[in-house]
Amino acid sequence: MREELKVINKAPVVFEPTEKKGLRFSRKHLCIPYGVFLACFVVLPLALIVFYAFTDKDGGISLDNFVRFFTNTTTLTTVIISVLLALATTLICLILAYPVAYILARSNLNRGGTLLMLFIMPMWINFVLRAMAMKDLLTLIGVFGWNNYVNVVIGMVYDYLPFMILPIYSVLSKMDKSYLEASKDLGANAFQTLTRVTLPLSMPGISSGITMVFMPTMTCYVISDTFGNGLITIVGKLIDEQFTTFQNWNLGSAIALVLLVIMLVSMWVTGGFKSEDIRGTNL
Amino acid sequence: MANNKKTYLDEHIIDLIGVTRQFEDGVIAVDNFNFYVRRGEFVTFLGPSGCGKTTTLRMIAGFDKPTEGKIMLNGVDITALPPYKRPINTVFQKYALFPHLNIFDNIAYGLKLRKVKAVYEDKDGKRIERIEKLTKKEIAEKVKKALKIVDLEGFEKRSVATLSGGQQQRVAIARAIVNEPQILLLDEPLGALDLKMRKEMQIELKDMHKKLGITFIYVTHDQEEALTMSDTIVVMNDGAIQQIGTPEQIYNEPKNAFVANFIGESNIFSGTMAGDKKVRFLGKVFNCVDDFEKNQKVDVVVRPEDVELTEVGKGTVDGVITYSIFKGTHYEVVVKVGKSEITTQTLKDVNVGDKVGITVAPEEIHIMKKEIESNVYDGYITKDNTVCFGDGEFLCDVTTLYPNSTLDEEGYLITEKGEKVDLVDVDVTVEVGLKDITIEDVKHDSDIEYDDNYGAIGKIIQIIYKGDHYQLIVRTDENEEDFVFDTEDTWNEGDIVRVLIKKEDIHVKLKQEIKR
Repeated sequence: MREELKVINKAPVVFEPTEKKGLRFSRKHLCIPYGVFLACFVVLPLALIVFYAFTDKDGGISLDNFVRFFTNTTTLTTVIISVLLALATTLICLILAYPVAYILARSNLNRGGTLLMLFIMPMWINFVLRAMAMKDLLTLIGVFGWNNYVNVVIGMVYDYLPFMILPIYSVLSKMDKSYLEASKDLGANAFQTLTRVTLPLSMPGISSGITMVFMPTMTCYVISDTFGNGLITIVGKLIDEQFTTFQNWNLGSAIALVLLVIMLVSMWVTGGFKSEDIRGTNL
Repeated sequence: MANNKKTYLDEHIIDLIGVTRQFEDGVIAVDNFNFYVRRGEFVTFLGPSGCGKTTTLRMIAGFDKPTEGKIMLNGVDITALPPYKRPINTVFQKYALFPHLNIFDNIAYGLKLRKVKAVYEDKDGKRIERIEKLTKKEIAEKVKKALKIVDLEGFEKRSVATLSGGQQQRVAIARAIVNEPQILLLDEPLGALDLKMRKEMQIELKDMHKKLGITFIYVTHDQEEALTMSDTIVVMNDGAIQQIGTPEQIYNEPKNAFVANFIGESNIFSGTMAGDKKVRFLGKVFNCVDDFEKNQKVDVVVRPEDVELTEVGKGTVDGVITYSIFKGTHYEVVVKVGKSEITTQTLKDVNVGDKVGITVAPEEIHIMKKEIESNVYDGYITKDNTVCFGDGEFLCDVTTLYPNSTLDEEGYLITEKGEKVDLVDVDVTVEVGLKDITIEDVKHDSDIEYDDNYGAIGKIIQIIYKGDHYQLIVRTDENEEDFVFDTEDTWNEGDIVRVLIKKEDIHVKLKQEIKR
């Protein structure tokens, strides 16, 4: 039992602001691990690549690597072929993926997401295994072997299609239906609504799909090796060879740097940087 | 829609004929709507959410199709016409401005798609007709004009995201009216704006309606908005039209308790008609102007501003003030009368606890027939302890009049306290449920097990099919008393029948305490 005391006065406890003393844990300190991570695994490797690219084997600063890269027809051809293959793959993926994403997002077929799941599921199966299986399948039905370039494109489209479907589907399914109704209300038929409203409004999905397909297809040499019967070399393979077969880290780094620039340019072209702004407007 | 203040040509622009919309899950959002809108009118669909107002609007726009009935535009059936072929434009609830287009392109969207019939004259004076699109110049002019109407001149190049809610609202209106539609549909267009903005836009919309001469169909759940802006209001609830009328009619003569409750503040009491133009509620009889049958159960609606406070004893009924709050222009005062409360408005400052009298002018008492939930009659107890009501005599248990009472050998009622009560000729209120009445054909007297003296004889005057049963009304000859009840049996109108009610289903109540 508490002792009964006579109440003189009761007042609410006032919390007074206290001065900060010494080290105190605040929200910004939570960023430290990420900062360390970025420094170790992004900034440092990038710095090393830049260092190797601009030095020769003895460690002296030189532009030899770039000169060699841009004067050698073989390496240049490889880059051009890589870009063309990636462009073809991206374009075919886009043409195939848009209708699929549109149907998945709009129709009742995808009620419960089962159909979408079927399209996305290959992404969870080992990538090399999938490529091998596809090659065997193509051989079985007799399509394989017409042309190595066509083979590679087929393989890449097969592997990267889900990466194109997913972002487009995501944008289309989140799109406010009142835009479509407004369009029809203002006199547009279904086709005009598709070209004038749906397509422009799904640009963020299309551009992130392009980014997700175009860039990996430039470097992913597993597919070009598997489907190209070892006869097609893409930029990724070129870099790999410099590091492993020729032990020329300097040239390898220079090619990697060139590839980085190509990617930044392609991202700028597809508006990948701006996608956030577009999303900011009512999407 | 009679008695509009403004005179419109009596030309219907839109006719809804038996329009019903049932959703896939079976819910009937709109149930057999029949109404019309006149050219140039400002019509408001008013009702709580889920009442079917937006569905009706969407059907007129063409986004939804009725499952039954048809929609006529200028006398032509447009039920199957897709939205893009209808000369109707919509201002959407959340504006739905295209985010990828600037203001100019948003407004020009419909114009760029439009095809016009142009007539030219060649050198020989021959007329040539051509279907063509509007020129860029024509579009620019129209957009400029539309922006002027909504007071946003010079906004052409701005992007949608840079506009405030009110400005987006204006662009949405401009985008719709630039197409010169025959009807402009507005789906709660002011819902997202703040109060001040909303009031301003209400006035502007009303002005725009006058200037443009386009028929406006406006959807809102805000009764004040509807009263301020409309020529005609269609009040809806649960997929059914409750009342159609001018704002004045809707406010002053609500057709039922729902409308009265939804439109403005009101006091709603259950009352009973006490005689010719007299209604009983709050325990007193008030004079009124509506004429209903005596004893008809009614809903009585009184607007707070129509209740007058008087000195004690000088009103129809006295009460005690339980609540008073200052509302700027007036005081809102709640007066407790017996167990009921009545809300009133007064300019005088009154004190809580004061006793006051209340009067209501007869024309301000609005009476609505109540949906029948049970049969209520005035009756009296006979010397045999039966009850007479509805032109008939029925057996009843008089001991229910007093708790724990009994009957002695002579038939007098003995109360719990041992008091002896003479029930002969005592007035009672008799209530009988809708399911507790049975009828028998009087032709087959031999079949009747009941004593011939009991029950009432009447004629079936109405049979309404209610889905899984019929609701019948049997009216007696003598005093035209009605027995309303549900039955699953099939009868014919005009049959002469005997009304029978089981003893335990007759609920009697004393009208007044009996003097002992």
